[in-house]
Amino acid sequence: MQSRAATPVIEFRDVSYCVAATDVLRSLTLQVHPGEILALLGRSGSGKTTTLKLVNRLVSPTSGEVLVNGVPNTDADLTRLRRSIGYVIQEVGLFPHFSVAQNIGLVPKIEGWPEARVRARVEELLQMTGLAPELASRYPHQLSGGQRQRVGVARALAADPEILLMDEPFGALDPLTRDELQREFLSLQRRLRKTVVFVTHDLHEAMRLGSRIALMEAGKLVTILAPDEFLRSTDPWAAAYVKAFGDRLESTATEGKS
Amino acid sequence: MNVFRFILQNRGQVLELTGEHLWLVGLSTLFATLIGIPLGIVIAHWPRLNKPVLASANIIQTVPSLALFGFLLPVPWLGARADRLAILALTLYALLPIIRNTYTGIRGVDPAVMEAGRGMGLTDLQLLLQVELPLAVSVILSGVRTAVVISVGLATIAAAIGAGGLGEFIFRGLAMVDNRVILAGAVPAAILALLADVGVGWLEKRLQPR
Repeated sequence: MQSRAATPVIEFRDVSYCVAATDVLRSLTLQVHPGEILALLGRSGSGKTTTLKLVNRLVSPTSGEVLVNGVPNTDADLTRLRRSIGYVIQEVGLFPHFSVAQNIGLVPKIEGWPEARVRARVEELLQMTGLAPELASRYPHQLSGGQRQRVGVARALAADPEILLMDEPFGALDPLTRDELQREFLSLQRRLRKTVVFVTHDLHEAMRLGSRIALMEAGKLVTILAPDEFLRSTDPWAAAYVKAFGDRLESTATEGKS
Repeated sequence: MNVFRFILQNRGQVLELTGEHLWLVGLSTLFATLIGIPLGIVIAHWPRLNKPVLASANIIQTVPSLALFGFLLPVPWLGARADRLAILALTLYALLPIIRNTYTGIRGVDPAVMEAGRGMGLTDLQLLLQVELPLAVSVILSGVRTAVVISVGLATIAAAIGAGGLGEFIFRGLAMVDNRVILAGAVPAAILALLADVGVGWLEKRLQPR
């Protein structure tokens, strides 16, 4: 457990977001601490993806403010802000006309790193994310789903951002590959200590990866709990989740947190 | 065959008119590309402009070509030289396929790819040059291809206002009721259209992203 006194890396202060008179998000207040993995758990339409996009300003709040490292993210230069935050989405969004190496090295390249340093960084990231070096020259359509998602993670880590935002990063994978990627992600995180916010609708995944679970429903934050607290929670929404996912959960609560 | 004998006998003139034809088509396609691609990019990013721009280009397309050539004749600087006028008219006709394909190509880029790019901190210009245009290039070029093929055919009508080109043979042949003369204009024009089609098609393939 990290100390709660440190400045939160990400802080939501009474943030609301409306589209055409519909509240997508209602007065969200939330802090994300250095080095933790915050899981945003909820159904489709609960506002979890919007919450993620508010951090890197793909979406701007209707009211309230989002602070990144103690500074409102509207004060930061938009391009700088986004390049300092890694972003992984479910569809991965790899550039189909770029090779794996070009995809991973894009941000370092436009940041003006010398070519040799970009190449070294790409090699390092391939190795870090468990991709064979010869994949560097392949194109996204030549990769498997799991490999693509690894490239997505490698690309997000390229410029060594402090924050990582992940929107259902392992959602579209088969169970075996998902399990493998989750496990590798945890061991990678143990080394890198990024501040991670990730979106999922899978309680199993939230329990396994999250240091804390923020449960969202209909644009509101219901509760934030540590995984073991979540299982015992008397909150009706949390209990409904636990019930829906059944007894697979007991075994995961203790795994991967050592 | 006497058509080919006729073409061979008049090869000097056939070559000259083919040259004029290429000049009309080449210059008008160049202008239409220079105007159409930026316009297509603009309407792909500002959807509000999409309807008025595409509607205008559509309306131009519906004006019969002979009438358009006639309309432009009294315009001062243009009317002075028939080839200027023909190039303007052909440019206007070529706009629609180029604008529409640029628009379609850019709108067709996977939204997930765009969002990933934006989230990574690519500026709008970087997104346009490194993502949107490379991914849309084959659709854009197929618009240019359509425009060129249409222009080669339309340019034959430019001869009616004295702008030259292979239409000269066609109109002369019509007046003389001599099929050989008509074909001496029509056959090279058809060959030009085919070559342009193959040429731009080749470019399209070469520039296509994997």
